[in-house]
Amino acid sequence: MNKNVNIKNIIIDKPLKLDCGQIINNYSLAYETYGSLNEKKDNAILIFHALTGDQFVSGINPITKKEGWWSYAVGPGKAIDTDKYFVICANVIGGCMGSYGPSEINPDTNKKYGITFPVITINDMVNAQFNLLNFFNIDKLFAVMGGSMGGMQTLQFVNNFPNKAKVAIPIACTASHSAQNIAFNELGRQSIMADVNWENGDYSNQNKNPNKGLSVARMAAHITYLSKNGLQEKFGRKLQERDNLKFGFDADFQIESYLRYQGSVFVDRFDANSYLYITRAMDYFDLIKEHHGNLSKAFEKTKTKFLIISFTSDWLYPTSENKEIVIALNAIGAEVGFVEIESDKGHDSFLLKVPKFLNTLGDYIKTAYSKN
Amino acid sequence: MKQEFKIISDLIEKNTRVLDVGCGDGILMEYLKYNKEIDIRGIEISKDNVQKCLSKGLTVIEGDAEKDLLQFPDGSFDFVILSQTLQAFLNPEIVINELLRVGKKAIVTIPNFGFWKVRLHLLIKGTMPITKNLPDEWYNTPNLHMCTIKDFYNFCEDRKIKLDKSLALHNEKISSINKFNLNGKNLSAELGIFLIEN
Repeated sequence: MNKNVNIKNIIIDKPLKLDCGQIINNYSLAYETYGSLNEKKDNAILIFHALTGDQFVSGINPITKKEGWWSYAVGPGKAIDTDKYFVICANVIGGCMGSYGPSEINPDTNKKYGITFPVITINDMVNAQFNLLNFFNIDKLFAVMGGSMGGMQTLQFVNNFPNKAKVAIPIACTASHSAQNIAFNELGRQSIMADVNWENGDYSNQNKNPNKGLSVARMAAHITYLSKNGLQEKFGRKLQERDNLKFGFDADFQIESYLRYQGSVFVDRFDANSYLYITRAMDYFDLIKEHHGNLSKAFEKTKTKFLIISFTSDWLYPTSENKEIVIALNAIGAEVGFVEIESDKGHDSFLLKVPKFLNTLGDYIKTAYSKN
Repeated sequence: MKQEFKIISDLIEKNTRVLDVGCGDGILMEYLKYNKEIDIRGIEISKDNVQKCLSKGLTVIEGDAEKDLLQFPDGSFDFVILSQTLQAFLNPEIVINELLRVGKKAIVTIPNFGFWKVRLHLLIKGTMPITKNLPDEWYNTPNLHMCTIKDFYNFCEDRKIKLDKSLALHNEKISSINKFNLNGKNLSAELGIFLIEN
């Protein structure tokens, strides 16, 4: 990965005590911003990225040269209008786009951390990113939001900093990673660790790369981001550049070819150890347990206004899990709106062009901001 | 029906917490928000309507009042409104009980099936009545449990539900309903509006 090219970062000297007990300081947090902060400093939106996302939310990602991961939602004139709002997004710690992560050099050993990197949590990620407010001199954010793991960070943010955001929009997420979520993540991790090139996590110091393991992890995960109907409609049993089955193990079917492609492009932009660490952080996420079984307690002190959005065909973070958050908020009379958007695009719906979702999100943000 | 909204608005006190059950596209919520200093929330079953409400900045959750009112603690709202929706529920009795649990008071409005035009329609034409307030055919109406003002009045009396206010609306004119004029109002009113509590 081409680091240090067009990557902005801050070095955070304030020590951070991680959930695992280790204290870190002088660590890097890579970030990107879009739009500009107004004089009142009341138009800042902090976006949290999902498992394989990064700080390049919109426009062209300078590293991958592809569209930013949330380009449908964020940009000039879009739902999250960068002509109006100041959008900040940071690469999570544990990530591989310039923030403190396992592919960074450990100054004590002059070698890459690999799996000597501490296990981090969603809480750690959020606490690290909170430093951005200080850096940009913002007292209170207009909004915090994100989908999937970004939604989990949104919930954690309000839990940790109840008065630092006017609006919170967790999308397609959960307050507690389910057994099924953990199972899929474990499948991905095992696939990486089974690759001989993983070398107990030390691959980058040995100029190796567990590409096969990482791409299989991505392939498996990718299936969980889509819906059965979506896959059937897009691929069905269509064959890949051939008229008949070949009676072998080449990619006969388009879906096979598609997944192989997804796996192969992923390894070019993502670090295998980061995949291990970030999926672990997701698995450890359990805001319900943090509050001894009563999720409402996470939001007792907040006046933040919530909008929760789920998607009909998302079976990875299903509506029922999103609704648990709504129920917890209603139980304490918090201000919460909720809608399940009709879409056959599965969990990935939040990243795609789903007009009902984008319109609702955009209108909601607009009216919420005008009442500022 | 603007007159209905005005009456509902007059029944609600300032600085209270209000829940609009079956809030539709949020037209009543907007009216109340504009006219009254209240904290108002809504619950609505149709996705399209919920999206409209959220777009307008109204705090609405998608949900089914027959199941999802459960998430609100006892007495968590000062007023719970059910505007012309009671007849659409599978089990109106459970919904009324839930309204009175969640709200300290409930405002229920019902299209009156005892209205003379409705009766006349059935008597003369012999087909299911279609009026301004009941515009659908029998086979596509969302209304499962139509009732009359008298039915609802008796329902409350039987269950010892306190009728704080019982109002009849006809041609934008409001009048009070009591047990002496009940039969008359049941014939002359298009809409009944009730403020009830346990």
